[in-house]
Amino acid sequence: METKDDNISAMCKPAIGEAGKTGDWRDATPVIDLAKCIASVKNRPACYLCWLYCPEGIVAAGIPPRIDLDYCKGCGICAEECPAKAITMVINEEVKK
Amino acid sequence: MSDVQIMTGNQAAAHGVKLCKVQVISAYPITPSTPVTETISQWVERGELKAEYVRVESEHSVMTVCVAASTVGARTFTSTSSHGLLYMCEQLHWAAGSRLPIVLACVNRGVGAPWSIFNDQQDSISQRDTGWIQIYCRDNQEILDSLIQAYRIAEQVYCPVMVCYDGFVLSHTMMPVEIPDADRVGEFLPPYKPHTILSPEDPRNINPVIFPWQRRDAEGVLRDGYMDMRWKLQHALEGSRDVIVEVGREFAERFGRDHGGMLWNYKADDAEVLLVGMGSLATEATMAADLLRESGIRAGVVGIRVYRPFPRAEVREAFQKIPAIVVFEKDISYGYEGALCADIKAALYGTGIQTPLHNYIAGLGGRDVKANELAEAVRASLASIAGGNREQQTWLNCVTE
Repeated sequence: METKDDNISAMCKPAIGEAGKTGDWRDATPVIDLAKCIASVKNRPACYLCWLYCPEGIVAAGIPPRIDLDYCKGCGICAEECPAKAITMVINEEVKK
Repeated sequence: MSDVQIMTGNQAAAHGVKLCKVQVISAYPITPSTPVTETISQWVERGELKAEYVRVESEHSVMTVCVAASTVGARTFTSTSSHGLLYMCEQLHWAAGSRLPIVLACVNRGVGAPWSIFNDQQDSISQRDTGWIQIYCRDNQEILDSLIQAYRIAEQVYCPVMVCYDGFVLSHTMMPVEIPDADRVGEFLPPYKPHTILSPEDPRNINPVIFPWQRRDAEGVLRDGYMDMRWKLQHALEGSRDVIVEVGREFAERFGRDHGGMLWNYKADDAEVLLVGMGSLATEATMAADLLRESGIRAGVVGIRVYRPFPRAEVREAFQKIPAIVVFEKDISYGYEGALCADIKAALYGTGIQTPLHNYIAGLGGRDVKANELAEAVRASLASIAGGNREQQTWLNCVTE
C-alpha cells in the first residue's frame, strides 16, 4: 500500500528531484563544443558564465562544465550567455540521432 | 468572574477577540465593521491586549497578513464588510486552501453598485464557496460566544471561520452581553498549534505549484495533486459539523449558553408552518411566529446558524413533517433564487419531502423588515399554498412592476 500524503496543505522540501525529473520538460538540449568552451580550451577554472546564469543551478563548474540533463529544462540561457558561442541548443529529436 | 455590560455587536466581537488572546490583528476600516478593530487597536495600544496590530493599505493585504501570521503559528483575526470582504476574495480562497484557522468577523452589508452602507447578507453569501465555515449570529451575545467557539472549531479542523452578523441591526445596536471570565475562556480554548511547523532545521516550501496529478517527491513519497488537496478541504468542512456541534455543546456546559449547533428551532414541534432565516432576520421571524400564533396559526422558526458546512441532516430532520416552509433571506443568487432557499431545496431532494416552499427576498440594502410584515407574508403564502401554489419567489416590500 502506497504511503498517503499526510499533509493537509501543499508543501515541498528543498531537495534534488523534489519536483520530479524536470528535464523531461525540455524541447531543446544544450550541447557544449569543447573546442570552443573557454574552461576546456584553457584547461583551468575560467569563464563559467553558463554556471552563473543557469536559472536551475544544474551546471557544474568543472573542466569541462557539465549540464545535468535530468533537470535541464532547455531554456537556452547558457547558450545565449556563452561568450565563446560554445553551447548550441539542439532540438531533442536531433540529439537522439 | 463574568460581568454583564450593555454593548454593540461590534464591541461584543472585539471582546470575543480579546478573550481569545488573539496575537495578530490586521484590518482596514470599512463601515459597519470599523468599530471592531478600532476597539481592539485601542486595547493593543494601551497594552491591554498583547498583540501585533498590522495596518495595511487594503483588505487584500489584510488577509495576506493573516495568512502569513497564521502560517507561522499566531492566532489571527480581522473584521470587514461588503466591498472589503470582496476585495479579500482571492486571499479567502488562499486561507482556506492553506488550511489556516483564521477567524474573520463579517459585519454584513449590501454590495454596490449602487453604493449602500446598509445591511444585507449578499457579501458573505457571495463568498460561500471559498472553503470558509460560515456562522450567522442572531444577537450580540451570540457574536461574542461564536467568536470564542470559532477559534476552537477553526484550530481543530484547520479551516478558517467567518462569524457573520448583520450590520447596524446588530453591529451598532446595544444589548446586554455577558463577558465570560478570561481564565475560563483560556481553559475552553487551548493554544493554537499550526498543522505545519516552519523551522530553519526543516525547511519547506509552502504552496508550490501543484500539478493535476500526484507527484513523487525526492524521498519517494507520493504527494497529493491539486484535486486531492481540494478533496481534503471538502472532507474537512463536511467533517467539521460534528466539531461545531460538540464545541457548541461544551460551550453550553461551561458557560451556560446554548446557541444551537448547526441550526436552532423556535416553537417548531407543533408547527404547521416553519419560517426559516439566518442572523437577525431569523430573530425577527421568532417575533413573527409569536404574532402568527396569537392569530391562531401555529408557526415556528428554524434558524440556520451555520451555512457552510450546510446543515444537510438537520434540515432534513427539521422539515420532515412540516406542511409549509417559508424562507426569508437577505441575499439573492441573481438569475435563480435566494441562496438559502436553493440549498434547503437541494438538501430535501431525494428524501421524499415534497413540502411547498415559498422564498422571500427581504431587507436588501437595509430595507426595514418588521415582524408583522413577516407574519403577513406567511399568511399570504399559506393562502397561496392552499390554492395550490407550491413554489414562489417574492421580493418583500419591493416595487417589482
